[in-house]
Amino acid sequence: MNEKYLPLTATIVVFLALFAIGGLLYNNFVSTLVLGDILADNAFIIIAAIGTTFVIISGGIDLSIGSMIGFVGVVMANLDVVGWHPLASAGMMLVFGLGFGALQGLIIDFCDIQPFIVTLAGLFLLRGSCFMVNLDAVPIRHDFVHDFAGVSIPLPGDGELHSSAIVMLVSLVVAVVIAHFTRFGANVYAIGGDKTSAGLMGVPMRRTMIGIYALGGFYSALGGVIYALYTSSGYPLAGTGNELTAIASVVLGGTLLTGGVGMVAGTLFGGMIFGLIATLINFNGSLNGAWIMIIGGVLLFLFIVLQRFLVGSFRLRSAA
Amino acid sequence: MTQSHIATTTKQVSLGTTLRAIAAHRVVWPLAALALIFLIDFLISPNFFSIRVVEGRLFGSVIDVFYRAVPTAMVALGMAVVIGTKGIDLSVGSIIAIGGAVITWRIHAGDPHILILFWALGVGLLCGVWNGFLVAVLDIQPIIATLILMVSGRGIGLMINLLYGGTNPSYTSALLQGISTGHIAFIPTRLLVFLLVFFVLWALLRRTALGMFLESVGGNAKAAYLTGINARLIIFSAYIICGLTAASAGVILSADTHTSDPVSIGLNIELDAILAVVIGGGSLSGGRIYLGMTILGALVIQALTTSILTSGLPPEYNLVVKAFVVMVVLLLQSSNFRNLALSILARRKR
Repeated sequence: MNEKYLPLTATIVVFLALFAIGGLLYNNFVSTLVLGDILADNAFIIIAAIGTTFVIISGGIDLSIGSMIGFVGVVMANLDVVGWHPLASAGMMLVFGLGFGALQGLIIDFCDIQPFIVTLAGLFLLRGSCFMVNLDAVPIRHDFVHDFAGVSIPLPGDGELHSSAIVMLVSLVVAVVIAHFTRFGANVYAIGGDKTSAGLMGVPMRRTMIGIYALGGFYSALGGVIYALYTSSGYPLAGTGNELTAIASVVLGGTLLTGGVGMVAGTLFGGMIFGLIATLINFNGSLNGAWIMIIGGVLLFLFIVLQRFLVGSFRLRSAA
Repeated sequence: MTQSHIATTTKQVSLGTTLRAIAAHRVVWPLAALALIFLIDFLISPNFFSIRVVEGRLFGSVIDVFYRAVPTAMVALGMAVVIGTKGIDLSVGSIIAIGGAVITWRIHAGDPHILILFWALGVGLLCGVWNGFLVAVLDIQPIIATLILMVSGRGIGLMINLLYGGTNPSYTSALLQGISTGHIAFIPTRLLVFLLVFFVLWALLRRTALGMFLESVGGNAKAAYLTGINARLIIFSAYIICGLTAASAGVILSADTHTSDPVSIGLNIELDAILAVVIGGGSLSGGRIYLGMTILGALVIQALTTSILTSGLPPEYNLVVKAFVVMVVLLLQSSNFRNLALSILARRKR
């Protein structure tokens, strides 16, 4: 087997093992119903994490995801109040996400400032903008939200694939195509592998960097749209800390933070693992939220150590 | 550095080069930012700089800026050391949360309060050892290694609270609250504690070879190793220093509310601390530790927050204004952007 698939295989094995553990502990856990719910509940974070995967493969980081999710929701809710169709406001916010990400990419590349700091300023800016728009949750009452929630594809068994999960899977397919079948995708991997070499080999640095962060911004805005439609409201604190969940999902999905190595498809399973842990703890009922944090940390630790040894023994990267 | 050198030695010093040299100096922009913020404050409320004595302690907006900047500045000092080794520590907020939980737990267990201080420092030491182990021994990238403790730390704090019942237990302690909110001879005690921490750290870095070792490891770990520096040990020590300063800030923050509230204590303080280091001119690519400049960075952040509150703007504007100021300071520090701005200015003059 090609060694670059090892981290992804490990992720899928852990996901299946956790699912099996759930099946042993609780009746009816292993069902398409539970699976469909996990997909739908975590669709927004997985969508955002898909965009982050590109950023991380290029060796960067994007901290503005959570605030973007919150900001998109708040703007959509307020536009709903003045009578906009949710699809129109969603389209506008997707363009905004694309532009905001592109601007971040431009600043990172042109001013040579670390992505961490630039996107941190982006985090502050978007979260602050949420608070400036309004401080309370605003419901989105348009009929479209109801219709959107009603769309679903029945799965074998009792389960169904909800609309948010469908959007997530479609955007995943698009991302896989971009990553593995376009020149842009190849450039992203090249920059993450070795920025200097990539530049010397003629990779258009500025255009690719702007594209990477624009893609990240677009996907986090799409995550925000899905979250707003799923919760049918805009709340200025929505998505707080989600940038870390997204980054952790990407890492659990087998993407190396050193850049250059990773699979977009892995992010789906990385995000599902977090969703599965939360579901297991909810099924238990007697464990409190503190356990989600601790188990999340433990899993993150195990995966990072696993990756570390995979890298060490299989030379996925010669000089990590 | 080279530019200012040339500017002073050649006789034909043009105004442009001098200006460029000044603009490129690292102290200028953060200091200018702080001065500008204070100037705007003074214009908004003329008694911004008035300091009076109330109940045996100094009161005034400027004192308040210093007072509130202490926890962030203290965390930022340790962060500066870690960033100097080309690392980063995202777990400082969690260390504060665990520290606060352990302090409350031990006070409820009836330990002498002076011993509690050592418990808190012990937590910082342990967390620092954990982070240092991941980064220095297992060779995991710092941002993800410290993410582990960041994700799970607040959960650990909540679990400690549950050990003896209660979600947010509170305590009273004359010693701890004295350190946090008390005053000695008109001066807030936490400022004195901060000066002590700063001095100890400064002596450790600049009066021993440790500071040089840390910077050389941050500049080029491999080269440092080849010159005979034990790079792993040095990186290890950086995370321990950061854990200890975070735990010290934890004592002050926890005693401020005399409650163990792991979910919200020191929230986002890692971001403010990293910003303080960056505003102070420390590069995330390592190799330089500026302790004094880091304090300046923390003061810029706090002055901004305080002036938004005193100016009567709604506190919601805080984050947006902070984002803009951070971006402006960073853009001015970028030579590419400065050259672009100067060339646009020059074109306009023609």
